[in-house]
This record gives sequence, C-alpha cells and structure tokens, in this order.
Amino acid sequence: MNVAKRTFDAVIVGAGGAGLRAALQLSEAGLKTAVLTKVFPTRSHTVAAQGGVAASLGNSTEDNWHWHMYDTVKGSDWLGDQDAIEFMCRKANEVVVELEHYGMPFDRTDNGKIYQRPFGGHSQNYGQSPVSRSCAAADRTGHAMLHALYQRNVRANTQFFVEWNALDLIRDADGDVLGVTAIEMETGEVSIFHAKATIFATGGAGRIFHSSTNAFINTGDGLGMAARAGVPLEDMEFWQFHPTGVFGAGVLITEGVRGEGGILRNASGERFMERYAPNLKDLASRDVVSRSMVTEINEGRGCGPDKDHVLLDITHLSPETIMKRLPGIREISIQFAGVDPIKAPIPVVPTAHYQMGGIPTNFKGQVVAPKDGNPNAPISGFYAAGECACASVHGANRLGTNSLLDLLVFGKSAGESVVEDLRSGNLGLKPLPADAADMSLARLARLEGQTNGESVFDVGLEMRRTMQKHAGVFRFDQLLKEGVAAILQVAERAKRTEIKDKSKVWNTARTEALELDNLIEVAKATMISAEARKESRGAHVRDDAPDTAEFPNGRNDKEWLKHTLWYSEGNRLDYKPVTIQPLSQDVEPIALAKRTY
Amino acid sequence: MSKRTVNFKMYRYDPDKDEKPYMQDISVELEPSDKKLLDALVRLKSVDDTLSFRRSCREGVCGSDAMNINGKNGLACLTDIDSLPQPIVLRPLPGLPVIRDLIVDMTQFFKQYHSIKPYLVNNEPAPERERLQSPEDREELNGLYECILCACCSTSCPSFWWNPDKFVGPAGLLAAYRFLADTRDEATTERLDNLEDPYRLFRCHSIMNCVDVCPKSLNPTRAIGKIKDMMVARAV
Repeated sequence: MNVAKRTFDAVIVGAGGAGLRAALQLSEAGLKTAVLTKVFPTRSHTVAAQGGVAASLGNSTEDNWHWHMYDTVKGSDWLGDQDAIEFMCRKANEVVVELEHYGMPFDRTDNGKIYQRPFGGHSQNYGQSPVSRSCAAADRTGHAMLHALYQRNVRANTQFFVEWNALDLIRDADGDVLGVTAIEMETGEVSIFHAKATIFATGGAGRIFHSSTNAFINTGDGLGMAARAGVPLEDMEFWQFHPTGVFGAGVLITEGVRGEGGILRNASGERFMERYAPNLKDLASRDVVSRSMVTEINEGRGCGPDKDHVLLDITHLSPETIMKRLPGIREISIQFAGVDPIKAPIPVVPTAHYQMGGIPTNFKGQVVAPKDGNPNAPISGFYAAGECACASVHGANRLGTNSLLDLLVFGKSAGESVVEDLRSGNLGLKPLPADAADMSLARLARLEGQTNGESVFDVGLEMRRTMQKHAGVFRFDQLLKEGVAAILQVAERAKRTEIKDKSKVWNTARTEALELDNLIEVAKATMISAEARKESRGAHVRDDAPDTAEFPNGRNDKEWLKHTLWYSEGNRLDYKPVTIQPLSQDVEPIALAKRTY
Repeated sequence: MSKRTVNFKMYRYDPDKDEKPYMQDISVELEPSDKKLLDALVRLKSVDDTLSFRRSCREGVCGSDAMNINGKNGLACLTDIDSLPQPIVLRPLPGLPVIRDLIVDMTQFFKQYHSIKPYLVNNEPAPERERLQSPEDREELNGLYECILCACCSTSCPSFWWNPDKFVGPAGLLAAYRFLADTRDEATTERLDNLEDPYRLFRCHSIMNCVDVCPKSLNPTRAIGKIKDMMVARAV
C-alpha cells in the first residue's frame, strides 16, 4: 500500500478539550501543527460534561487553592502526585479566566462574575463544609467549553484533519516518538504524520464497560497505541463509577444536580447518604456515594419492582431553579428515563464514567516511563493530556469538575512544553525508521484478509460484559482472578476479528475493529492491575481488604502507596513511587489520613 | 417489552461498489432495551456491518447522528423507535453531497459556520479576572449558544438547498447572532457588514423549517429576525 508522508512541527491526536487547548498554544506560537480527530471537534466527548470546572475563584464563598489541593489529594486517596496537584489547583483560576476571555458563556452571579456551585468532595477549610467551586454554564459546561475552545482555534487558524483515525505510534530505535500513522475515513488511505512532537489527547476508554456514561467514540485509542508501542499504562485499576447514570440507559446526570440541592433516596424514601457521609452527605466523593448506593441496593433497599436502583430527587427545588440551572438534565430525564424531574424523582444507578489512570506523564505533560533507574524519564517527543493521560492528579478517585480543569491545565502545559522544547532545540525532526508504517499496514492487511473470524460486535460485547462482571464498583478476589483469565481469552478472540465490509470509503466496520484493538489493551490493563493491587483505595475496593484498625478503609500505605505500571508485552507489572512532595518547597505535603466525608 | 421487529426503507450507497444509490428494504429484531432509533441502527449494524452512519454521544449533545427520518430531519439518538410509523424511511440529510449511506459531506455547512467568524472578538487588553456580564445580559445568550451543529436546520431549509454557497443558513446565522448578542463582543459593525448582502442573511424567508426540526428546540428564525432588526436600526 502506498503511504503518503506529511511533516509537521507537532501533531496532536484528538480534538476534545485537551487537544484543542494544546492546539491553541501551538497555533498561537506559529508552529506548523496538525490536529487529527476521528470526529468533528465539537463532537468530542468533552461536549457531554455537565456540571462545571473547578477553580477557587471564590465568587460566592471564600476559597483558595490550598483548600482545593487538600480536597483533590484526599479525593485521590493519597495516590495523586502532589506536585501535579499543586500545579493544577494553582493554575485553575488562570485557565478558567482565559476561557471566559475566549467567550465561554458562563452563568453569572448578581455582580456579574462567573457563577459557581457546590460539588462532591470540594470543601472549605480542609473538609469542614461544602464550597461553591464549580464554574458552570447551566448544566452544559462541557458543551459551552468545547465550542468556545473550537471557536478560538478557528480564530487561530488551527489545521484540523477531521475524520482521520490515528492507527499507531511511531518510535525509532532510541525509543523516541516521531509521529503517528493515520487513516482517512473518506478514502481509506494511510498516511504517516511525521513530527518533532506528538501530543496524545485521545480521551478515555469508558466503553470497556457494559454500562457506561461514555460516548461510542471513547475507545482508548491513545492508550492502545501507546501500549502497543511499549509505553506502560499507569493506575489502570482505578475507574470512576459515577453515582448517577440514568437507570437502564447509562446517560449521565450531573453531580451538579446534588450541588443544587438534589437528594438520593432509597425505597423507603430515606436520605441514606446521611448514614454514610454525615458531613458532606450527598456531596461526598463519587466513589463513596457509588458504594453507598450499591450497598443500599445489595441490602434490599433499592427502588422499583426489582429493587435495582435508587432515586435522585429534586422535586423540592423550584421549577424556576430547575429550568435555569438544570435544563439539560430535565431534557435527559424526560428523554431517557421518561420522568419529568420537576414532578418525580429520577431512577439512577452507578455507571462507569472516567478512567483515573492512563499514559504516565509529569506535570508538564511530558510522557514518562522508567529508564536507567529513573522511574519518570521523559520519552523524547511524546506528550499527553486529558483523560488519556495520568499526571497523576486524580489518583484513586477523581473529584467532579477536576476533569475539565485537568484538560485545560495539562492541555495548555503540554502545548507550552512542546513550544519550549522546540525553541530550546531539544527536539528536531529525526529520520523515520524504514518500518514506520509496517505495524499499521500489517493490522489493516490482517483485517482485510481474515476469514472464518470473530464478529467485532460479539467480541466487544463479551469484553464489556466481562469487565462489568469482574471489575465493577465492588471487587472480589475470586472474580478478579477469573476476570484475568476471561479477558485474556477475549483478547485472543480479538486477534481474529473479521469484517464483511471491504469498502475503502467510510468503512465504519473497520474503524470499530481497530477501536476494539485499543479497548482490549485497556481492558487487559484494568483487570490485571486490579487483580494485583491487594488493598482497597479510592475507587478500587476489594472484599479481602476490609476496613480494619490496622488498615483504615482497607488502605495499606505500607505496601501499596505506589503507582501501578502495566506493560502490554507479557502483561508485565511494575510500580513506581507516589510523589508526596508538592512542587513548591514552601508548600506542605497533605499528610496521610483516613478518608471520611 | 417483548422482542419486536422494525422494518426500514434505507438509503444505501457505497461509491466503491454501487453505481448509484438505492433504497433497501431491511428489518431487524430489537432487544427490549432498544428504545431509540440509534439503538435500532446499532442493532442493524451488528447484523450487517456495511451500514454506515455517524454516531457518538447517543444523548443529543454531539450532533453526529442527524438524518432524515420519515421525511423529517432529526437525531437518531433522540427519536423513540416505537413512535415511528413503519417502514421507517431513512435518508441522509438532504441538500448535501452523500459520501456513503447516511453519511453526508458537511464541508459546505461548516464553511458557512466559519464564514460568520464564530468567535468572540474583544481587542481590549484582557483583564486579570473575568469580564463582568450581568445575569440579564448573559440570559440573552440562552437559546443561542446551545447549538450542536448537527445541521438538521440548514439541510431542511430550501434557501440553503438552492444557495448553499451564498446563504449562510440557519445554523450559521444563529451563531452570528450568538456573538452579536454577547455584551463582551466588540465586532458588531464588522459582523453586520459581513451579512449585508442579498444572499448571506436576506435569503431567509421565515418559512421556519429550521425551528420545526431543531432537536434542541432552538429558534434560528427568531435570531435571524433580530439580526434583520439590527440591520434596519443601523440604516436609519
């Protein structure tokens, strides 16, 4: 097959929030930049974020970045790296204000400032009381943000390659990254995007689970490409189950609903979160609320004929508040739950939502991996930001509104690092290896020629069911062990996928088969990392690591205060230390403590 | 709900093998959990992987799965399958070149969107903090900023069908008014100049197909009327 070559200063894969924020940095610096995206930028999944973006602006309640940092470290169950967390929380006001200057239509306070609402796990004065930290545009913050960022890129003349699928990462014999291979949907033609710098902003892989708030496109493409190219994936056992997915449909209902006063109730109408989190109640951290809901259901207090969900009640709010602050939620409830929340509560259930782990990076957005005794050696030419990356700011559990902040801060910082590394002469255009496109071409040829193979749909379904059953909200030693065997079997089947569609033009069967290759890498990483971590921490809670005096909440800091690294080759696991020292010498680390809300 | 079968008349075209488009009679058995038209299309694709359509968020915010459903433009993910008379006639959005099956080439649509300079213009030095805007001024943007660029409106508009290269179309004009209405934007004169032309704005004859089909219940016709009012106001 003929492979065209295109050359750029930088190539960005993905045009969601992180990719668009990084692209702005590069375009405005005058670098020749290509942004590859498999969907038109405003169709990226950032669009579905609802409740807000965190920043300690203090527009309605007193706030500062130290409190935000404390909440984030505590939320992460101390697995987050405190240098990256300090960096993010200190940068929050700057990147949110920038976004406002780009035209983002934030809601406003009476004095004209950005409107802020309370959100789960965010507090004043180190856990004392809820704080209004979430900067919101009604319940469409992600949509407003993604469009504002795209619009700013239109102004900056960013060059997009829309409806191109990146296939594989190109590395040379030194392990340096030289770009990606990609296929154009409309023609089926493969190109090499040769670049001095490559930024991955490919989003999450929530589609490994059967019940997910995620879009169809969230297939972990960047993680799959990185894993196939020998880059480890960090902390993949940590997945966030959002407390409030619409029962049956999986569609997200923002935590902002509880921020505006919504209450979770069980079958007897009880506000059960008062028992589990006496202080923050319904606004406790997401992992805590999800586990409480599942416990209610498991103990027979669930709602409905099968007692298999709980209710999110906002009927006590005024219709005006709902129409003004939560109009999108009302539409979603009517569409997908058949319920008008002004009149009746919404049936909800914890639903897979966000991947805390990802491609390991430092706070500058440089991808790092162990090399010559340095656990965090940058891989030359390779950067990542947003949900696909692990900085790590979310650790074992992400706080709501910190994902939109993450993609702004680290999208910008990855872009700045590229600009800096190019200007300082650290990065040049290294020659392409002769086999740069071979792996991609071999994958395509295998798919083209496969006969008597497996259906992509069937293998995908098996993967999603396996992940749902074996790596859900609560985890069990035996189920995890069986899950490892099961997912490895699914991975074998995925090597033999067959498609009937042989067209060159817009072949979505081929796209879905290639996406499945990426999902499978993420699924293996998740199951194997989860089986190996023999403690409970954040979103990873095991039956054989219960709450004891020696190990509060089942957390074992002596053995497990460390990041997991999973390598695709041989499913090898490695570990590296958590960074406890914040970025600034004069900032005190947040000391280890038992997590309660 | 028990298993049920739905029947389609589906527009099919693969330029790699078909000389011309054709309508295919095709049916699929649904699972009880399949509620929306998009669920049925995904089910259908699990049987025939050659069926091609765009989709992503499946909750009506990304704008990918706009199509012509029984003669009316809409989003597959927000359309209840059981509400549709059968056979369900599915075609690509009208007026744009078809690439394959239900996938259209949206270049012209986005070109018009880009032509209105869809970004905030404010050349004052950026303040340290946010620019202030009163809640009342912010409310002016409601009904404008929520557009998802699905193109249901512009591809249901006869003026856009006849002059897709000259008439901005309802989606682009809605975006134009979103910036005209923003108290933070300083480019009012340039924006109005940009639309002062026999085609770009004035080909809208207020037949309101756009309002009828918008899956987000937005009203491009009203926004266009407001731009026309601004044109008149500055002429006198």
